[in-house]
Amino acid sequence: MSDNRPKTQKQDLFEHPDFYEVDALLTEEQKLVRSTMRRFVKKEITPFIEDWAQRAHFPAELAKKFGEVGALGPTIPTEYGGGGMDYISYGLIMQEIERGDSGLRSMASVQGSLVMYPIYKFGSEEQKKKYLPRLASGELLGCFGLTEPDHGSNPAGMTTRFQDMGDHYLLNGAKMWISNAPHADIAIVWAKDEAGVIHGLILERGMEGFSTPEIHGKWSLRASSTGELVFDNVKVPKENKLPGKTGLGAPLMCLDSARYGISWGAIGAAMDCYESARRYALQREQFGKPIASFQLVQKKLAEMLTEITKAQLLAWRLGTLMNEGKATSAQISMAKRNNVRMALDIAREARQVHGAMGITGEYSLMRHMMNLESVITYEGTDDIHLLILGQSITGISAFKG
Amino acid sequence: MKILVCISHVPDTTSRIAFTDNNTKFDTKGVQFIIGPYDDYALARAIELKESTGATVTVLNVGLAETEPTIRKALAIGADDAIRVNAEPVDSFFVAAQIAAQAKAESYDLILMGRESIDYNSGVVHALVGTMLNIPAVSPVMKLDLDGNTVKMVREIEGGTEQVEAAMPLIAGCQEPIAEWKIPNMRGIMSARTKPLKVVPPVAVESGVKLQRFELPPPKGAVKLIPPDKVEELVHLLKTEAKVL
Ligand SMILES: Cc1cc2nc3c(=O)[nH]c(=O)nc-3n(C[C@H](O)[C@H](O)[C@H](O)COP(=O)(O)OP(=O)(O)OC[C@H]3O[C@@H](n4cnc5c(N)ncnc54)[C@H](O)[C@@H]3O)c2cc1C
Repeated sequence: MSDNRPKTQKQDLFEHPDFYEVDALLTEEQKLVRSTMRRFVKKEITPFIEDWAQRAHFPAELAKKFGEVGALGPTIPTEYGGGGMDYISYGLIMQEIERGDSGLRSMASVQGSLVMYPIYKFGSEEQKKKYLPRLASGELLGCFGLTEPDHGSNPAGMTTRFQDMGDHYLLNGAKMWISNAPHADIAIVWAKDEAGVIHGLILERGMEGFSTPEIHGKWSLRASSTGELVFDNVKVPKENKLPGKTGLGAPLMCLDSARYGISWGAIGAAMDCYESARRYALQREQFGKPIASFQLVQKKLAEMLTEITKAQLLAWRLGTLMNEGKATSAQISMAKRNNVRMALDIAREARQVHGAMGITGEYSLMRHMMNLESVITYEGTDDIHLLILGQSITGISAFKG
Repeated sequence: MKILVCISHVPDTTSRIAFTDNNTKFDTKGVQFIIGPYDDYALARAIELKESTGATVTVLNVGLAETEPTIRKALAIGADDAIRVNAEPVDSFFVAAQIAAQAKAESYDLILMGRESIDYNSGVVHALVGTMLNIPAVSPVMKLDLDGNTVKMVREIEGGTEQVEAAMPLIAGCQEPIAEWKIPNMRGIMSARTKPLKVVPPVAVESGVKLQRFELPPPKGAVKLIPPDKVEELVHLLKTEAKVL
């Protein structure tokens, strides 16, 4: 075996690039949040993630560790067990977790933005007290059921329905592609009433007729567990309906919060790929010199850093708008779409810089790349976000019937 | 029980080291600062003692305003309050005198710090403070347990360990594996915002040592690889070029 075979990445050397001194826009507290999460990820995620992903193992025990460090529902007020933090801190937490793995970031963002957020925003006081502290600590794991086998980009067409039976609701239907479902203790399920109006229901594991079969064989988000939610005449107590908001707007508000987090998370994955490519290019020699000395490799690195820097500025500005309560859905669409596509492009380019080594589990590139194929699909596909922007520009919806 | 943890504000261990002002000042440009790694062990043990005994933990740093993020981090990890002695930590004697002055006023039962800071690595502050306060100072401490008013410690010594004990008040210079470094959590970071951080002026100290200048080690030269079957060539080079034989 030749001596100049590249060393494996035993130690996680990651430090983020900051070409435009974006750090100067962060408070000391936000920087501490980021360094804390980075240390957490280096200790709890990067040493194990490759093995988890290869084996398609969902590290359920991580939920409690996320809870301990405060990564579940960071923006939920402290009285309900949340972090009471601002949206930029929340974004930085997502960035650092996704730097580790998009699947594990999915676990945290579903819990925070898609389970805790709707209970906090639309739940009754009893529901908040009952569920939020235990979701924040990771004692309970939650999932969010909107997508159905026949209704993905068009959730308004959902067929999952419930009937008012007097002292309870009777729920029938199925949800598909639901993150965390096979391990979830509770599910926020969006379903139509007899009049066709969408409501949120809180389902608990163990309710009769409610099952959560796992979807196997994914090439993407392998350390995240994805499944179905099947409702076969499930009796749901009336107090389990979220009273605060009805209509498709309710789940869409949750998606806004999650998509915002994804726009930061994707930057983390991109930074990991870029940093890996930069280090590898300087260390790998061909034709008697480091491959970093070739113009085509430099072009790749220069474009990656440019795109990361643009994405950072988008995310930071969007975060300030979120903090001021002014961010619109279309603004969030722009950041989600741009940043995820940018991350996917960077993962592909960075993998090429690593040559054959790039296809192995010694490096994170291929895993990030495959993960990002889900991230660019869920929470609104790339196309759908373009159409949301198109509607915002022209006032004409190109996707609603 | 009252515990004082003294923390230094030092460059991250991966920093690139450079000097300015004719090699008399450390160049802080682009450098990340952290809690001294040994101090971080001391802090972690103090927080464990706080959790098991209900002790209060105060952190102290001798430094200018730029060290406050480091102090806030210690508060986020779990210290109750903090003191910053508003002065440049010019040398070990100066720092020890500041710590002693603060400690005298508050009578702490336990004063913990790292065995040494990782910037100037003198490793004498604990001993100096002990002398100034006339109380025992033990270092490097790898294990520290309380038994009533007695502190039982394990010290690292050349080739082995030594078990010692002493009554409080006491000073310990700590090192691994006394406790595992603590990562703050988000709630800790949020509550650190409102924890008291008192800024006090330094006491006057006459320092006997004056810094002349720093010098970096010479840059590493190129490496010559000699195949294993050419041992004679290696010996020849070691004699004539490296001049070590
Ligand atoms: C790993 C993973 C985890 C997921 N987790 C969750 C979860 O936790 N909860 C949940 O509710 N859902 C979840 N989803 C589902 C996800 O949100 C949907 O996959 C997504 O909304 C797309 O729906 P679809 O797969 O049915 O694709 P489709 O809607 O069938 O789209 C297929 C293609 O057609 C395009 N297309 C569709 N409509 C239009 C149009 N009008 N104009 C132009 N192009 C269009 C799309 O952009 C896409 O390229 C998850 C998905 C994955 C892969």
